[in-house]
Amino acid sequence: MNNGDKDHAALAQQFNADEPRVSWHDETLWWVRAKRDKAAHTIPGWEHLRETASRIKNNVLSNMHAYLLQFEENARKNGITVHWAADAREHNEIVCGILQKHGINRMVKSKSMLTEECHLNDYLQQNGIEVIDTDLGERIVQLAKEPPSHIVLPCIHKKKEEIGELFHEHLGTPEGNADPQFLTHAARLHLREKFLTRRAALTGVNFAIAETGEFVVCTNEGNADMGAHLADVHIACMGFEKLLPQRKHLGVFLRLLARSATGQPITTYSSHFKKPRKGQEMHIVLVDNGRSVQLGREDFRNSLKCIRCGACMNTCPVYRRSGGHSYHTAVAGPIGSILAPNLDMRKYADLPFASTLCGSCSNVCPVKIDIHDQLYKWRQVLMKEGYGPAAKKLAMKGMTFTLSNPGVYRFAGKTGRWVMDKMPFIVNNKLNPWYKQREMPEPPAQSFNEWYKKNRKAD
Amino acid sequence: MIRISYKINIMNSRDKILAAVKKNQPAPRELPALDFALHSEDVQEKFVAVLNSIGGTAHIVNGYDEVQAVIDKEYADAGRIISLAPEITSRGKAFEAGTDPHLLEDVDLTVIKAQFGVAENAAVWVTDGMLPERVLPFITQNLAVIIHKRDIMPLMHQAYEKIGNEDYGFGVFIAGPSKTADIEQSLVLGAHGSKTMRIFILQ
Repeated sequence: MNNGDKDHAALAQQFNADEPRVSWHDETLWWVRAKRDKAAHTIPGWEHLRETASRIKNNVLSNMHAYLLQFEENARKNGITVHWAADAREHNEIVCGILQKHGINRMVKSKSMLTEECHLNDYLQQNGIEVIDTDLGERIVQLAKEPPSHIVLPCIHKKKEEIGELFHEHLGTPEGNADPQFLTHAARLHLREKFLTRRAALTGVNFAIAETGEFVVCTNEGNADMGAHLADVHIACMGFEKLLPQRKHLGVFLRLLARSATGQPITTYSSHFKKPRKGQEMHIVLVDNGRSVQLGREDFRNSLKCIRCGACMNTCPVYRRSGGHSYHTAVAGPIGSILAPNLDMRKYADLPFASTLCGSCSNVCPVKIDIHDQLYKWRQVLMKEGYGPAAKKLAMKGMTFTLSNPGVYRFAGKTGRWVMDKMPFIVNNKLNPWYKQREMPEPPAQSFNEWYKKNRKAD
Repeated sequence: MIRISYKINIMNSRDKILAAVKKNQPAPRELPALDFALHSEDVQEKFVAVLNSIGGTAHIVNGYDEVQAVIDKEYADAGRIISLAPEITSRGKAFEAGTDPHLLEDVDLTVIKAQFGVAENAAVWVTDGMLPERVLPFITQNLAVIIHKRDIMPLMHQAYEKIGNEDYGFGVFIAGPSKTADIEQSLVLGAHGSKTMRIFILQ
C-alpha cells in the first residue's frame, strides 16, 4: 500500500471516516489489553519479572559487542551459517543470494517484522522469487496487498466479512461465508500445500542466545515449524538486539512475552533451533539497519530492548483510534514511533507527535522502556533539527512571542474569550484542528489574572 | 592517511557493524540474579487448570494401559497413528526410520513422551532426541503427550534449570493445540499444527 506523503494525522483522518469501525477497532484492542492485565495480575512477582527483564536487556546493550562475537562463534560451531547485513538492502541481497544459489524461486515465510522493515517481499518478487506469508493474519493482508497493521495481530483492522471476500476471490471459498472457524480451516488446507512443496523457509527470531548459539521462534499457529522442518533451507533473520546472554534468561522472557502480547501464559510453540537437521542448511542473518546508531543515542538506545509484544499498541489511545496503517512504518504504535525517526527523521517526523504522552505504553512495557519519555524527547530533537511541521514551527514562535510579552498575552486572552463567546463560528469550524471530533470548551468569563486582581481588592 | 582510508574501505559489514557497536555501546551493566520465589501450589492441579484454559485436555492416569484405553476409545476412527512411546502399541505403529517428513501429512495421531511439563503455562518440553522427525508434533492432526507427575515443574525458571546445558539440535515447548485469533479475535483451535492436544499425566 502506498500512503504517498500523507502524515499520521491525514492517514488517521482516513481511518476515522468510518466511525463504527473505529469504535470496534478501539474496543477489540482494549479487550486484548484487558487480557494482558488479567495475565499479569494473576502471576505473583510480575513487577520483579519486568525489572529483571529490563536489567538483562541493559546488560545486553552494554555488552553487545562481546555477545555478538560469542553468538557468532557458537552458532557456527552448531553448523549454522552466520551472515551480517549493514542495512536493509544488504539483508535482502543475502537472502536472495542464498535462494538463488539453490535455484529456489518459491519460499514460505513466517512472521518477521524485520523483513517488513527491509521490504524483503518486494525485493524478492522483483527478482522472480515468490514469497508466501504463512501466519494467517499476514497471509490475509498479503492477499489484500496491504502491510500488517499490528506486529502481533497483523489484520486486526479487517472485518471477517472482508476476509471472507478475500478468501472467496483467492482461495475459492463459498461467497458470503465469513465464519472464522471455516475460514481458518480453508487457510490451513491452502497453506499445508505450500509447506509441503516449498524448499526454503524464512523465519523471524524472538530471542538468540549468545551462550549456546541457538535461536528461539514463538508462534501460536505452528507455521514457523511447519515451514522450517519441511524445508531444505532455513533462513532466520534477526535484528542484532534480539540477543540474550544465557539460555536460562529465556525463562524470564518467555514468561513475559505472550502474557504481555495476548494474555496467554505462553505461545503454543516456543521452538529452540540450535543445529540444522540432517541434510538441511540453516542460515542466520544478523541485521544492523540503524541499530548501531540507535545504540549510540543515549536518550533513545533503550528502544532496542523491545521484544515486540505489542502491548504498547493495544493500550495506546491514539493507536486504537487511528489504526496501524496511519503510522506508515513496519512497526506501528508508540514503540514504532520511537524506532522510526532513528532510521529517517524527515520521513517519520510526524510519529512522535502521534501521542497524548499519557504514559500507558511505558506502564505496560514488559522490559520497562521509557516509551513516552522518548516520544517527548524525539519531539525536541526533531524541532531542533528542523523537521517539525511548518505550521507548528510558526505556532511555537507565536506562542514564544505571546508568552514573553505580558501585554500581548493579556490582549490575546481577552480577544480569545470574547471571540469564543460572541462569535463562536470563528473557532467552531473545520479550519480549526482543535474543533475536529470535539467541541470547544466554554470560555471563562475572566482570566485568572483578572479574578485575582478583583478578589485581592475585595480583600 | 591513504592507508587508513583504504583500510576502512575494505572493512566488510561484519567488521563495520562490530566496530560501530563497540563504539556506541553504553558503559557495562551487571546481569541481575534470577531469584524468583516458588509458590506452594499443587503443580498438577495448576497444570491441568491451565491446560484446560488453553484448549488442551488432561488425563490423570495410573499406567500405560489406561493411556492405551483412552486412545483406543477416542481415536477409534483414526487412520494413521504413530506412537513414539513403546508402551502404546495396540494401534499405534512405530515410526519407520527414513520416512520422508513430507509423507507425514496424513498422520491422524502422534503419541510422544515429553521430558517434563511446566505448571504455570501447561507447556511440555520435547527435543529432537525423542523425535525421529522434527516436524512430527506439528504436522500430525492430533497430538498426545505422556509425562510423569513427578516431572511437572512449577515455573519456567525451574524448567530451564532442568534443561541446563543439554545439547539438542532442536527443542520445543508445546502448550496446547495450535491456534489463531487472527480473524476478528475469534479463537480457533487448529491453525497449522495439531488440532487437539491431550496430555496424559502418569501418577
